[in-house]
Amino acid sequence: MVEELAKDKTPHGAFAQPARRLIEAAAPFVLLAACWQLGSLFFPKYLFPSLVDVLWHTLDIFATWSQLAEVLATFARILGGLVGAFVIGGVLATLMARSPPVDRFLAPILNFFQGIPALSWVVFAVIWFHGIELRIFFIMIVTSLPAFTFQVLGALRAISKDLAEMVLSFRPTRRKMFSALILPSIVGDILTAWKVNLGNASRVVVVAELVGATGGIGYELLQQQQIFDMAGALAWTLQLVFFVLIVQRIVTMLENRFLHYRAVSERTF
Amino acid sequence: MNAPAASPSEPEIHLGHVTKTFGRPRRGAESFTAVDDLVLDIAQGDMVAILGKTGCGKSTMFNMIAGLLAPSAGTVRVQGRDPFRHFNELRGKIAIVFQNDRLLPWRTAIGNVELGLEILDVAPRQRHDTARYWLSRLGLGGHENDYPHMLSGGMRQRVSIARAFATDATILLCDEPFSSLDEITGQRLRTEFANLVRENGKTAVFITHSIDEALQIGERVVVLRRPAKIAYDVRPREVGPQAWEAIRPNIRGILSE
Repeated sequence: MVEELAKDKTPHGAFAQPARRLIEAAAPFVLLAACWQLGSLFFPKYLFPSLVDVLWHTLDIFATWSQLAEVLATFARILGGLVGAFVIGGVLATLMARSPPVDRFLAPILNFFQGIPALSWVVFAVIWFHGIELRIFFIMIVTSLPAFTFQVLGALRAISKDLAEMVLSFRPTRRKMFSALILPSIVGDILTAWKVNLGNASRVVVVAELVGATGGIGYELLQQQQIFDMAGALAWTLQLVFFVLIVQRIVTMLENRFLHYRAVSERTF
Repeated sequence: MNAPAASPSEPEIHLGHVTKTFGRPRRGAESFTAVDDLVLDIAQGDMVAILGKTGCGKSTMFNMIAGLLAPSAGTVRVQGRDPFRHFNELRGKIAIVFQNDRLLPWRTAIGNVELGLEILDVAPRQRHDTARYWLSRLGLGGHENDYPHMLSGGMRQRVSIARAFATDATILLCDEPFSSLDEITGQRLRTEFANLVRENGKTAVFITHSIDEALQIGERVVVLRRPAKIAYDVRPREVGPQAWEAIRPNIRGILSE
């Protein structure tokens, strides 16, 4: 038994674990890709195109500047909308946390906004605004704002009263109170909020571009639909998926950087 | 406008007919008086143990001295200033050791000790050296870079004591800091703490609900009955063991009321 435990701690064991995790993570995708490729042998191209075609389309998008510009425009819209919603949501959440009357006034409005479907906001924006960028920015803000506000508000309210009292006992300036207590207390929740809202925003931006824009990934998807090009539709979709995965990875790296102090139980759940 | 500083004859801490009521009786809500017409003066360098039953208003009194609560009536003065209204003017003058360690989980032991010094704008090098010195004084040399979850309860409370001493505040407020520790660790820390307070000439207000702890720490013992009002104010070493033993049953009676 002791020998077995010792064996697990060898460099080989240490290498085997990450490799196993990688295989476990990749296995469902490999299986999915295999099924799709198998389907492409029996179904027409416009239903199940070969993954090789999808790959060529994807590379073509990367290699052609005009197409890559469409991808970058969509990314910029997502990030711009999220940053805008986060800044406004942060301000609103701070006001709501500090003042119960402001909270009582704003909370029902934000709840009401949350109940409005993203597609309705797209229609409203197309009617209200002429400029495409303004339309999309507006849609991104109104659809992400309630979630960001409530998430930041929740994080602010969850700050430990004991710790706040302790820091306050040293009589800090507001700036020091923010840097010593508030920011470190809420950073974990903020990063989680970004992860959640990023996924939502990437879906909303496609709908917004599909209906209210003449460029971007959503618009390109509409073009592919009109010519029944499934490989093209998949290739454009993959751009968005890659983007979400990359940003999620960055957020995870930030989490590892800022939240490394958290105790981890040796027993996994 | 700055409040005038305390004159040499003025007590370090002054509570003049202080009352603290929670709730809003005018609006029909139930009110609760935690401190009732409390009069207490503490001289510079005094080591006062405030003894009282749980819920007798000790912590409320403590928070008013710290400036975290305003009195409903009466005056609170710390070094001649109102600690609530002139909150920032007492920066660096008061340090608190709480009942639980209240360490910031995202900071290492040394980072936690540096907190007060950061707030006082001490240069990074100096605050690092000071924090290291106090950790070492409290027997935590070698644990500077440990996070709170890596330390035992006793070690964490030592860090919080180091954090309070590091700012070199003249007044130390301690709210039952050893009550959550086991008997032996608590006893050892109490002795170390009392020695440090004496060596550094601090004015210390030490809240406790244990008669023995009050006797061990306090040169002066103030016994509060509920709502916080002084029942006894004695200096056990001055009155002598016989007199102290004579009043001990009465104190025990107040604590069990």
